[in-house]
Amino acid sequence: MTVPGSWYLVLSALLFSLGALGFFTRRNVLIMFMSMELMLNAVNLTFVTFSRMLGDIGGQTLVFFVLVVAAAEVVVGLGIIVAIFRRRSSATADDLSIFRG
Amino acid sequence: MIDLLATQIALPDLITFLIAGCAVILGALGVILMRNPVHSALSMVMTLFAIAVLFIEQDAQFLAAVQVIVYAGAIVVLFLFVIMLLGVDKKEYLGKDQLRGQRPLAFLSVLVIFVEIMALSRGNWVSGAKGTVLSTSSPLSNVEQLARSIFTTYLLPFEATSVLLIIAVVGAVVLVRRSDVKSSPAEEPEELQTESEMK
Repeated sequence: MTVPGSWYLVLSALLFSLGALGFFTRRNVLIMFMSMELMLNAVNLTFVTFSRMLGDIGGQTLVFFVLVVAAAEVVVGLGIIVAIFRRRSSATADDLSIFRG
Repeated sequence: MIDLLATQIALPDLITFLIAGCAVILGALGVILMRNPVHSALSMVMTLFAIAVLFIEQDAQFLAAVQVIVYAGAIVVLFLFVIMLLGVDKKEYLGKDQLRGQRPLAFLSVLVIFVEIMALSRGNWVSGAKGTVLSTSSPLSNVEQLARSIFTTYLLPFEATSVLLIIAVVGAVVLVRRSDVKSSPAEEPEELQTESEMK
């Protein structure tokens, strides 16, 4: 018998929590972005696990789409970070308070 | 309890899961704890690779390959490029929070997320009818099953992703492009320059 799906789900919940923790506590924009990738990967692991537990390929299809969206998101996000860095020459999130009313 | 479960679980599966699971958690801790962003990116490679191992363990071979190529290959290299381009920002400001009590609140809310997931599941992790296309017992290979699913049921979303990718490429080029070389920033008022950069 293989490892039960619940173990995978607990693992991905842990991974998601760690990603969220990194996103909330770190100040470097790049590391916040990486934490977001960790959360996306946790969700991907969940989808694959559900796909196996329910015997349906749909979960894996969804992971495929998440991968595409993640790639597009990384490209645009890093573009935004580079554009911000050109103007502010800093990659700290707390410095970016120009939108404050 | 572990021993009792281990009698039912095949030992190779268990060992693979434990090693890959430890690698996932250690890599994630590395991402959020390392001072140097380059080290964080390399820790992320560890996490992504271990997740690919877990994909293979769950009979998702195609996604494991894509995970290694796209995530551990392309996306991490993109991160490293940007880190190198911007210069490693080693001195991260870790003094007083701008939002008061942000860090304790962050720990608290993350704990709430985790406990909530655990409490809501209460041991019942999936519900609902089982699918008809069983991924392990079907005679078709994983790649073939995935291809059938993408090119029949999910054809329209698949086409939409191509549009999305083109938009992302154009958007990235527009975002990173420098404003016109001819107009020097000194002659131009600040607002106009911002506007031209936005475009």
